[in-house]
Amino acid sequence: MINLLLFPVLIPFLFATILLFFPKKVKAQRVITTLGLLTALVSAFALLWKVKTDGVQSLTLGSWAPPFGITMVSDMMSTLLVTSSLLIALFVVWFSFTSIGIKRETSFYYPAILFMLTGVNGAFTTGDIFNMFVFFEVLLMSSYVLIVLGGEKVQLRESIKYILVNVVSSSLFVITVGYLYSIVGTLNMADISIKLAAIGQAGIVTVIAVLFLIVFGIKGAIFPLFFWLPGSYAAPPIPVLTLFGALLTKVGVYAIIRTYTLFFTTDIGFTHELLMIISILTIIAGCIGALAYFDVKKIVIYNIIIAVGVILFGASVMNESGMMGSIFYLIHDILIKGALFLLIGVIIHITGTSDLRKMGGLIKRYPVLGWSYLIAAFGLAGIPPLSGFIGKLLIVQGGLEGELLWQSIFILASSLIVLLSAIRIFIYAFWGEEKGVQQVQPRTYRHLLAPTITLVVITVLYGVGSEYLVPFMTDATTVLLDPSVYTDAVFGGGK
Amino acid sequence: MEILMSILIGFLFMAAVYLILSRSLLRIIIGTGLLSHGTHLLLLTMGGLGGKAAPVLTEGVTVKDYVDPLPQALILTAIVISFGVTAFSLVLAYRTYKELGTDNMDLMKGTEDND
Repeated sequence: MINLLLFPVLIPFLFATILLFFPKKVKAQRVITTLGLLTALVSAFALLWKVKTDGVQSLTLGSWAPPFGITMVSDMMSTLLVTSSLLIALFVVWFSFTSIGIKRETSFYYPAILFMLTGVNGAFTTGDIFNMFVFFEVLLMSSYVLIVLGGEKVQLRESIKYILVNVVSSSLFVITVGYLYSIVGTLNMADISIKLAAIGQAGIVTVIAVLFLIVFGIKGAIFPLFFWLPGSYAAPPIPVLTLFGALLTKVGVYAIIRTYTLFFTTDIGFTHELLMIISILTIIAGCIGALAYFDVKKIVIYNIIIAVGVILFGASVMNESGMMGSIFYLIHDILIKGALFLLIGVIIHITGTSDLRKMGGLIKRYPVLGWSYLIAAFGLAGIPPLSGFIGKLLIVQGGLEGELLWQSIFILASSLIVLLSAIRIFIYAFWGEEKGVQQVQPRTYRHLLAPTITLVVITVLYGVGSEYLVPFMTDATTVLLDPSVYTDAVFGGGK
Repeated sequence: MEILMSILIGFLFMAAVYLILSRSLLRIIIGTGLLSHGTHLLLLTMGGLGGKAAPVLTEGVTVKDYVDPLPQALILTAIVISFGVTAFSLVLAYRTYKELGTDNMDLMKGTEDND
């Protein structure tokens, strides 16, 4: 099964195309979407197993010799990301059944989600820099549709800004690819890596590295390029927000990690120092935002920015523990942000508002929701048995090994602020006198709660069972720290 | 030749940035159009402007005489993508104008009294 690594990309695409034919049949749409996601998820797990046993998988389409065709590469990191993005999408779709409303469902909502997954998984899997641009556009186009679908005033207003920012960053991406092509004369990522290593420490390479940081930084919301994110993400309905918050910024983060470990390894003193400073500033900006708002959506949205900073800090130190911590934290963050946004979606559904000051005392009527929120909040902050702990521990350890004492202290301090911001939601929404509690139908509530609780349970399992995940993470780290494993796989895989 | 093209592309980028920073929605979209023109010209220029024959196999033309075919393929891809995005954003701008009654970006702030 040499084509196995294409299945997580192709299966959502195939099912999305099928769904386009009968937009009004909601039942069929739901069933086929779930079926498609489950199939894709099974193939992703099969791929995960394959990569674990046989090492990095690569496939050059059309049987061309590697640098000339488009190569798709699945190393452990991209496979883990593909698997977790499909997992999140499954829960989002499950949640959407009750929450998104029939009007959106009949307007190509599910095809848009599946097309977006095609883009996300393609961007994770591709081994060609221009192909990555194309997959970025696939996911961005679908995200434009998802963010504006429904056509409320706030959605229209914010999606204009979102599209504008992304159009500019896409242009910048093409410009940067153009510069890179003029230097190395190739687009294959493994080939670029070899050619750039041969060029060595040229000034123009560093300039291109910084340009890539800007391009992917706009997608991944780093300081000072995160300005578009809080407004735009607050506009769409909760399931869409969950999908965006869990996946879209992570594609940018993945692209930064990929380019900074594969391409730009010759002038680490400058590029990675810059990345480190920016990641610290990102954390600070996110912390300020997370404490400043009384809006539950905004609080969690700013927590996305903090997590992006933490992940990039781990990647910037370029040693084994830091990198491994980054990957642990990246997967954790996809899962926990998914869970948190869904939990907040249930809270907003019950209270009818996202303003913390207008809610209170939910714990009496909705204890299960309350306690699972508390668990998710602890997981987010990184309390030991839960999922955020091991990643942050390794990142701090990596920072200390790289003799970055203050920065590591910053990471630890940011956890406190994350905890504070998450607990504030708990205190305001669940404690105190009952107010703003509306009577929701118990059936709707149960249907909303089921996917949410399952996702929280998965994050808990991720934390408790992190010991079993260590071999996977070690594999991912090895490829990231040693680009020759990647290039060997690409140029050896075409035989 | 490359120098001349670089200067031209620089001007396109300048005009695009100026237009994108303006208030009117339509001017912003014109700006993105100019930006993508600049980008595509840049791709063409970065591939090198040497070469005599178009990249179509013809008898009597040696390999060295062909222009680089790769940037042309990249540009073609980028053009259709930016077509799609521009069409989408134009319709979105139209819809926004109908719904919100303004094309002034200053009046589209997400503040509480301006919802």
